[in-house]
Amino acid sequence: MKRVFEPVPAIRLDDLTLGYDRHPAVHHLCGEIAQGSLTAIVGPNGAGKSTLLKGIAGALTPLDGGLTLAKGKRLAYLPQSADLDRSFPIHVYDLVAMGLWGSAGIFGRIGFGAKAKIEQAIAAVGLTGFERRPISNLSGGQMQRVLFARLLLQDADIILLDEPFTAIDARTTSDLLALVQRWHGESRTVVAVLHDIETVRRAFPQTLLLARETVAWGATAEVLTPANLLKARQMVEAFDSHAAPCERDAA
Amino acid sequence: MTQLYDLFIGPFAEFDFMRRALVGIFVLSVAAAPIGVFLMLRRMSLTGDAMAHAILPGAAIGYLVAGFSLSAMTLGGLVAGFAVALAAGAVARVTVMKEDASLAAFYLISLALGVTIVSLRGSAIDLFHVLFGNVLALDDDVLVLLAGVTTLTLLLLAALYRPLVMECVDPGFLRSVSRSGGWVHLTFLALVVLNLVAGFHALGTLLAVGMMMLPAAAARFWTADITRLILLASGFGMASGYAGLVVSYAAGSNLPAGPAIILAAGTLYLGSLLIGSQGGLARRLLPRPHLQR
Repeated sequence: MKRVFEPVPAIRLDDLTLGYDRHPAVHHLCGEIAQGSLTAIVGPNGAGKSTLLKGIAGALTPLDGGLTLAKGKRLAYLPQSADLDRSFPIHVYDLVAMGLWGSAGIFGRIGFGAKAKIEQAIAAVGLTGFERRPISNLSGGQMQRVLFARLLLQDADIILLDEPFTAIDARTTSDLLALVQRWHGESRTVVAVLHDIETVRRAFPQTLLLARETVAWGATAEVLTPANLLKARQMVEAFDSHAAPCERDAA
Repeated sequence: MTQLYDLFIGPFAEFDFMRRALVGIFVLSVAAAPIGVFLMLRRMSLTGDAMAHAILPGAAIGYLVAGFSLSAMTLGGLVAGFAVALAAGAVARVTVMKEDASLAAFYLISLALGVTIVSLRGSAIDLFHVLFGNVLALDDDVLVLLAGVTTLTLLLLAALYRPLVMECVDPGFLRSVSRSGGWVHLTFLALVVLNLVAGFHALGTLLAVGMMMLPAAAARFWTADITRLILLASGFGMASGYAGLVVSYAAGSNLPAGPAIILAAGTLYLGSLLIGSQGGLARRLLPRPHLQR
């Protein structure tokens, strides 16, 4: 008898609702993201894409429904970089080295053995020679390369990227996209919020089209049809501060 | 030659209280300056000032109960400082109010209470002592307290260095890899309170903040590397302590030592502001030709 291999999904959403202060940003999401898959999340502004990533990363408690991550998997999350203090006096090398947090923790040693790893990561994003630069001297694209080097060191099984290529030139985008492909080749699960539909069609096999709820989810070519994209644009509703409780919850 | 000796070394060779003052200021600088560096980098420069006001009622109650007792005033100051820090942090976490606003509210209440308590019994002179300290009257107990606080501060800073730096640079990343952000922040605030309480015995509540913030702010004009920043800030603190004591001694009774030390630190800051190599005014105002690459 042939053994049927049923892989546990990396991420499972059960009627998941996420939001702020009772107002849902995305609601009633159901579905699975398979281990080792490469998924793009696409949708108009205000569709709840970033909120969904935040929820998966555990930075936001679900308002309703369930969110299950495969057990024992390491997760890395790259938010939109607004959170980072670029004026802080720290070097590229030290910032990248923090990717080893998972193995070193708060007190653990980052010894000479780690040095080669850190230098490899910096080389992989094409920043060799920038190790001793303060991060305040970097351009936007270089900063994004630094953050990808840190992600490399995090050695995570599930990697969440929130608009990683926004305001980044074509060459940097293609270099970083190559890293994403490399992670995909290493069977890591990658989920990225993206705006550039062409990039998604070219490089991402799976797509979730989101407009505060699922518009379409599956193989990219089937999801990104003109009809679906139009539907997504129409579905983002205005915020209503007097909104009544969602009726679908009554069931 | 003798004149130079009389000016720069004589006072310390001759008088025990001058030596004690110097040791006290040196010890204080070693711990307060790195705390100041982190306060500055976390955009919390004014938090030190607020906390310094917040410890006043505790110290005042200690004074009311036990007079000029080191342990009573220290304990009171610590309790008041921790209470305000915790209350401000808790309000920021639970309600919509941000930490700076809730801290402002609590320290103002605390300060008003403190002034009321001091004036209930003491006179203006007592208040003056609590606010401005007396660096020339450090006894053994105070020196031991200062040394103990500095040792504890350095040990804790060394242990918490990594998450502390990460919480400044990229708090989102720290949250995604570790749950330590909250308690690291609280421990850091506790260290701020601890150093202020230690500082107010030597310099008073108001000037203790000066020893924390001025050397750190001055050092920022010279380096963009956090390790050097900390070392330089400590060095600046010691230098201003020494300079302040020398000037104050030379000026006789006209210039009290505590303010003299802070004025020395202030001079260092203004000098760094003018000629500092990292964004000092002179570099900004006197354009030099730009480099090839």
